[in-house]
Amino acid sequence: MIPILQYTGLPFGGAWVLATVIEILLIMLPVMLAVAIVIYVDRKIWAAMALRRGPNVVGPFGVLQSFADAVKVFLQETIIPAAANKALFLIAPIITFTVAMLAWAVMPFAKGVVLADINVGLLYILAVSSLGVYGVVIAGWASNSKYPFFSAMRAAAQMISYEVSIGFILVCVVLWAGSFNVGAIVEAQRGFGFGVINGFWCSPLLFPVWVMFLISSLAETQRAPFDLTEAESELVAGYQTEYSSMAFALYWLGEYANVLLMCALNATLFWGGYLPPLNFPVFYLVPGLIWLIAKILFGFFLFSWIKATVPRYRYDQLMRLGWKIFLPLSLGFVVVISGYLMATGHFA
Amino acid sequence: MIAAFAFYLFAGVMMTSGLLTIVARNPVHSVLWLILAFFNAAGLMVLTGAEFIAMLLVIVYVGAVAVLFLFVVMMLDIDFSAMRAGFIRNAPLGVLLALVLFGELFLGIVVHSAGNLALGHAASASVTPATVSNTAAIGALLYTRYLFEFEAAGMILLVAMIGAIMLTHRERGDKRGQNAAHQIARRPQDATVNVQPEVGKGVSL
Repeated sequence: MIPILQYTGLPFGGAWVLATVIEILLIMLPVMLAVAIVIYVDRKIWAAMALRRGPNVVGPFGVLQSFADAVKVFLQETIIPAAANKALFLIAPIITFTVAMLAWAVMPFAKGVVLADINVGLLYILAVSSLGVYGVVIAGWASNSKYPFFSAMRAAAQMISYEVSIGFILVCVVLWAGSFNVGAIVEAQRGFGFGVINGFWCSPLLFPVWVMFLISSLAETQRAPFDLTEAESELVAGYQTEYSSMAFALYWLGEYANVLLMCALNATLFWGGYLPPLNFPVFYLVPGLIWLIAKILFGFFLFSWIKATVPRYRYDQLMRLGWKIFLPLSLGFVVVISGYLMATGHFA
Repeated sequence: MIAAFAFYLFAGVMMTSGLLTIVARNPVHSVLWLILAFFNAAGLMVLTGAEFIAMLLVIVYVGAVAVLFLFVVMMLDIDFSAMRAGFIRNAPLGVLLALVLFGELFLGIVVHSAGNLALGHAASASVTPATVSNTAAIGALLYTRYLFEFEAAGMILLVAMIGAIMLTHRERGDKRGQNAAHQIARRPQDATVNVQPEVGKGVSL
């Protein structure tokens, strides 16, 4: 894009800035639109599993429901509690939303099509997702109210716990791919299973790791069955109890953007990203972006399915799962996988 | 131009938030300013080409250490007037500490600018070639040349962790723990009884 802009007479610096801004918008706007649609999809799937109709009034089959909700929320008054810490109270939802958008910068949408092709891409995603906890914690503290505060405590403990095992899971993938660059990780999955299957999931050593990643990503995004931070029977609405209007909507959007990000990460790290599922030439006729979107949506369907069917965990069970089961298991898999790769001469 | 702009942005925000960390009245604000300072330090490291260290700084300090800081500080019930009461009494000590620190910094800068301190490359060190990413370069150094130091540092951290757990762990006699495997293995027929009591007679449980 830079050469095109330079052709119009811009200097390189200006063209670079303008091109980057356009590319950011090209990623952000579709992601936000996808979030709106995915909220509708989530409600429809959830309704179908509960034998209900779900949203069906606004637009054909209710597809415009999310937009109607957005307009409703936008027209509401923003209420800031008198005892709240005003600046932090307003900054918190912005942090959550921004962080959910930031990580998309290193996501490859097709071969070489990525905003920032940095060689520590996966570490960048880990770093950005570790920032997500601040949105929740600050909201809980700044609200100056009991339930949000409890919720923030839970969120902080939960997200740190599962980030540890996610870190080790990512190490397993990085060991096999030999790179932190997300694009290189996708390319390492080309023809991974017997030259036919594209994707790390088909290896017997990486399949259990993938299962752990799926469960950890549920906990990391605070989705059911790990949605203890907004357990309505215990904590009213959790950290967003005091929020209203657009601040509340930003949490909503940020939460779903995070879920989409985790689905995208799952698709990229284990299901072969923009590669077709099978390594046959005929499948490459379909653009990589379509494959990636299909994989993200399938991952999202798994998330919705779990949300509709699995009851909520108890908090001590959640902590036990994170620290006593996933941490030793994922650490064990790092040792086993690096041992296997060493023995088979993968690093030579 | 863009790099210079980014440098002054990161450096400026870092200095400001560092200062605000000290002057902020509210300890929670203080921690948040500290986090902003960490974040901008990571930005500066990216500018110098140390992207691996920058990401580690964000993951370890911002993502874990500072969250725990915030966790503790948020739960404190602080009386601000009591905190400010001892200010005059402690001020001389603070000034003394500041003077000592300033003196040391000043001395360091004077010695460095006089050329008596070689801060560049050690005699045997070589610059990493541009083709090697700095993640790979750091890994290669840590696991070959500095293997012993690296393992020793890990061992010290492990000992420190075990020590901290031993010091704070308190075994209570009346603890009733849960055995998850035992709970999962329970079946309805082991836990419930189905009785048809005769009219007028009770049930012994």
